[in-house]
Amino acid sequence: MPIRSVFIANRGEIALRVIRSCRELGLRTVLAVSEADRQSLPARHADRAVCIGPARAADSYLRIDTLVQAALGTGADAVHPGYGFLSERAAFARRCEEAGLLFIGPTPAQIDAVGDKLAARAAALEAEVPVVPGGAVHSQAEAAALAARLGTPLLIKAVGGGGGRGMKRVEHLPDLPMALDMAAGEAGAAFGDARVYLERCVEHARHVEVQVLGDGRGNVLHLGERDCSMQRRYQKLIEETPAPLLAESLRARLHAAALRFAARLRYRGAGTVEFLVDAARGEFYFLEMNARIQVEHPVTEQVTGLDLVAAQLRIAAGDGLPLSQSALRFDGCAIECRINAEDPTQDFQPSPGRVRRADWPQGPGLRVDTHIAAGSMVPPFYDSLLGKIIAHGRSRESARARLCAALAATRIDGVHTNLAFQAGLLADAQFARGGIDTGFLARRGS
Amino acid sequence: MSLTAKDVAEILKALDASSFDTLELELNGVKLQLRRGGGGGATPVRTLAAGPAEPPTSPAAQPAPSTAPVEVPPGTVPVAAPLLGIFYRAPRPGEPPFVEVGSQVEAGTIIGIIEVMKLMNTVRAGVRGEVAAIAATNGELVEHGETLLFVRPA
Repeated sequence: MPIRSVFIANRGEIALRVIRSCRELGLRTVLAVSEADRQSLPARHADRAVCIGPARAADSYLRIDTLVQAALGTGADAVHPGYGFLSERAAFARRCEEAGLLFIGPTPAQIDAVGDKLAARAAALEAEVPVVPGGAVHSQAEAAALAARLGTPLLIKAVGGGGGRGMKRVEHLPDLPMALDMAAGEAGAAFGDARVYLERCVEHARHVEVQVLGDGRGNVLHLGERDCSMQRRYQKLIEETPAPLLAESLRARLHAAALRFAARLRYRGAGTVEFLVDAARGEFYFLEMNARIQVEHPVTEQVTGLDLVAAQLRIAAGDGLPLSQSALRFDGCAIECRINAEDPTQDFQPSPGRVRRADWPQGPGLRVDTHIAAGSMVPPFYDSLLGKIIAHGRSRESARARLCAALAATRIDGVHTNLAFQAGLLADAQFARGGIDTGFLARRGS
Repeated sequence: MSLTAKDVAEILKALDASSFDTLELELNGVKLQLRRGGGGGATPVRTLAAGPAEPPTSPAAQPAPSTAPVEVPPGTVPVAAPLLGIFYRAPRPGEPPFVEVGSQVEAGTIIGIIEVMKLMNTVRAGVRGEVAAIAATNGELVEHGETLLFVRPA
């Protein structure tokens, strides 16, 4: 089914990113905007912006019925969910399909299959992809028995979703009962699902994820991996491809595992299979699959020359994969920095407000994905991502040096940003060497 | 409880004396939005009511006209759509519209229906007066906050 008009159920930089690819493909765009986003840069770039409700996301970007009605009423034939909001809600994908709209993403069944973290673990095992030792617990007694077998430290995680919510680290077994209650409470509040499971805590692990594309008919393709180990409280700050200082055999095993997992699901669209990697031991474990386009997708685009959003649109339209695995070439290295409106001196408190000045960097090998220009408003209702600066170079070091220079040339006035903090991380000797693990920032101290 | 005209006048006075530019108040389904400088229009009372037995005809799958700022007839206030959906002027196809130009309305008078995925939401005038002009088209998509009609307050 050909797509002529795409309804974008999202905001911010990803809305503008989707608009850009749609325009290149000659597709009309309709953007959903809340009252707070009427004057946003994406709203001005879309062929049409339609106000779906008040600023609060629960009254606008999270309203399935309103979005589907808006898509139908504006003559759209497909819906792009972006990331966050409703992008991984099977119910939204299902409602779109029922209304005769193409959902640009996986099938509702696939979203469910990877959204339930325990089901995803089981699917990984069936695809012969290693998972972190652990499992479901239904009672305190069961948890105590499993914890004794796993040993400490261990992690309690939510079955219903990721992102660090409902996650608790347990250092000593006597702390387990209380941590379990707290995790279940948090998980219930965040995901409406209080189920939790236990996993052994893999120390000094790196976060490496593999980008995949599937045509929904069993053909899958990997677009290499991304290392996202630079994290603060499970939030990614810097992402890069390829993962530095990784043995080629381990890299190949990661790619193969991601393909097995995606192929078994007959995955449709763009997705990311996340792993914890113990590079020293040459071991890795499946973490979860993200059934959406990701914030950090540009680094993959810079080294492959592919447009991932265009690939999503083509797959949704039934045109299949953009190329074959053997035709894919990887060129150089790319690193991305997330620039957030937050104040590192105040424990990274969000800093909404009016941006008075926004000088984004320009130059060879640089790319900026942003929705912020001088005069833009950063509303207090949504995430604090202002934009992403991506540098591409022949070597990792040239990309890193380019990104350092780019950050120094960036100036955002009117709101606090993490620019200086990010510049410090990029210049850090350990990061420059490569191969840091996810505990790096916590040990270094902010 | 509900808001009387006197209550609103008192709230207006309080807002005027304060350093704030906008005030939003929600009480038992009554939503009051006040803006210093007269930027916005009256917000109608929002209620969620059961829909008519038969849903109106299905919406046309054509792009609705973009919502360019509508010119406000002098001496009138706009009645805005409280939510996005398909706007219907009558309870069901073939029946007379809820209101026409010249109709007298009370704050609680139903002036139309907005359909969101088969759920019918009645829209009330929110102001007492005479309907001066109809702005929205029957059977077409209206955005959240789009002007449906203008009322000349009594």
